Amino acid sequence: MTAILISVLVLGALGLVFGVLLMLANKVFEMPSDPKRDAVRAALPGANCGGCGFAGCDALADAIAAGTAPISACPVGGAACANAIAEILGLEDMPDQVRNVATVVCQGSKDRCRDKFEYHGIQDCVAAATINNGNRSCKYACLGLGTCVRACKFDAIHIDEATGIAKVDPEKCTSCGACVRACPKKVLSLQPVTVPVRLLCRAAEEGKVVSDNCKIGCVGCAKCMDACKFGAITMVNNLPVIDHEKCVGCMMCAETCPNGSLWGDFDNRLIAEIDRDLCIGCTICKRNCKFDAISGVLKQVHEVNEACTGCGQCALKCPKKAITMRVRDHARDANAKVGTQEA
Amino acid sequence: MSEILLIIVGSVLVNNFVMSQFLGICPFLGVSKKVETAMGMGMAVTFVMALASLITYFIQSYLLVPLDLEYMQTIAFILVIAVLVQIVEIALKKISRSLYQALGVYLPLITTNCAVLGVALLNTREGYNLIESVVNGVGAALGFMLAIVLFASIRERLSTSNMPKWMDGFPGALITAGLMSLAFQGFSGLI
Repeated sequence: MTAILISVLVLGALGLVFGVLLMLANKVFEMPSDPKRDAVRAALPGANCGGCGFAGCDALADAIAAGTAPISACPVGGAACANAIAEILGLEDMPDQVRNVATVVCQGSKDRCRDKFEYHGIQDCVAAATINNGNRSCKYACLGLGTCVRACKFDAIHIDEATGIAKVDPEKCTSCGACVRACPKKVLSLQPVTVPVRLLCRAAEEGKVVSDNCKIGCVGCAKCMDACKFGAITMVNNLPVIDHEKCVGCMMCAETCPNGSLWGDFDNRLIAEIDRDLCIGCTICKRNCKFDAISGVLKQVHEVNEACTGCGQCALKCPKKAITMRVRDHARDANAKVGTQEA
Repeated sequence: MSEILLIIVGSVLVNNFVMSQFLGICPFLGVSKKVETAMGMGMAVTFVMALASLITYFIQSYLLVPLDLEYMQTIAFILVIAVLVQIVEIALKKISRSLYQALGVYLPLITTNCAVLGVALLNTREGYNLIESVVNGVGAALGFMLAIVLFASIRERLSTSNMPKWMDGFPGALITAGLMSLAFQGFSGLI
């Protein structure tokens, strides 16, 4: 009996002493902590999974409070967590996040891009790609055997029945990048979901080779580069490279592209609209329009005509803020040739 | 002096905690994907094991032995180690912010590392004195660090190599660990 008592007492006393020690240590080494940082820490899931790339939730909370990590850095908490943190940090709205989606950089459907040979092997792109660069005539083409479909955990990518190549559902895509890693042809890449123009071809070969292989492949004619009045396009390896920093979204490159390998978001194309009450007829917009799409004379209300490409330069320059950009309700008439409009 | 040297060689190589005593397997497999984090874990373990050897020696010889309570060793040591790690963490946070951040989340994780408890129990079983205990603690921790850093560098290579799908990840890692353990058995008989 005494043995039990002694052991209980000794260990109890030991625990008590340690408890007091911990309390003292906490008091002595107390750190003045930032209430904002603690609130951020409380909003994080607290799983310490390290999915954000930091060593646990505490480290991430430090980084978010210090402003070195974005409020949406936690992949586990998702949007709800990011919104909670935004509230704590007093951000009115979530800063505009460029949402990426996996994009199939190939339009070589069966009718546009021939097959080199009939492939009857293992129905997997990785296997097919090992045989003479795959069975499509273009070695950059999507093989359509669904390796990406199997890699996707979110049911966001499928092989389109009609075209025979992969198609991404942007709503379901979480931009996890699993398909990008799985694709042996590197046809898939993560790209911002809303861009005005996008090159949908990777064929970095001579124009003749590309046009023999595929009806919609980029032949490297550089017409898009000439069409771009903002210097946003450079040609690298027979392919245009679009600098989205410089791109203003006039979509003239996509409009000029002779075979449609440069895709343009024509459904969301903008047009300038001049507020008749605010316009003072200063002609600044007219002088800044690179497409001769604004007509009018000094001290009279100006008009936007059909040649407007929606580049938005006039709206930026207007001193009276009389110009707003809105989505076009009908497609731009491609025949409204740039620079031929009479004022 | 030769005693001390023997203890070091013994704990680092011959009786390597991970490779021949199979202690501390959890962090060995869990925190060994990157050499950098493996180093962090190794440092934290070294720090805690040296301190734990020291404190548990005093608890053992001045509290448990005089009171005939050796059978309560395990519970007492667990308590000591847990509290020790907590105090160290609190103190480090204040004293050396950079070291605290370098060790990061690994420090609290070590509380439940059986290697730390193992070294405390082995010290008393072998009847080491104070200096020998601490040396054994540091040596065992260095052995742990050696094993986990070697393992992590192999795993880094494996992750970029073209492994068959059924061997990718943990299966390959476990076989690697087995092979490493075999290699470490080669040290047996050294002392």
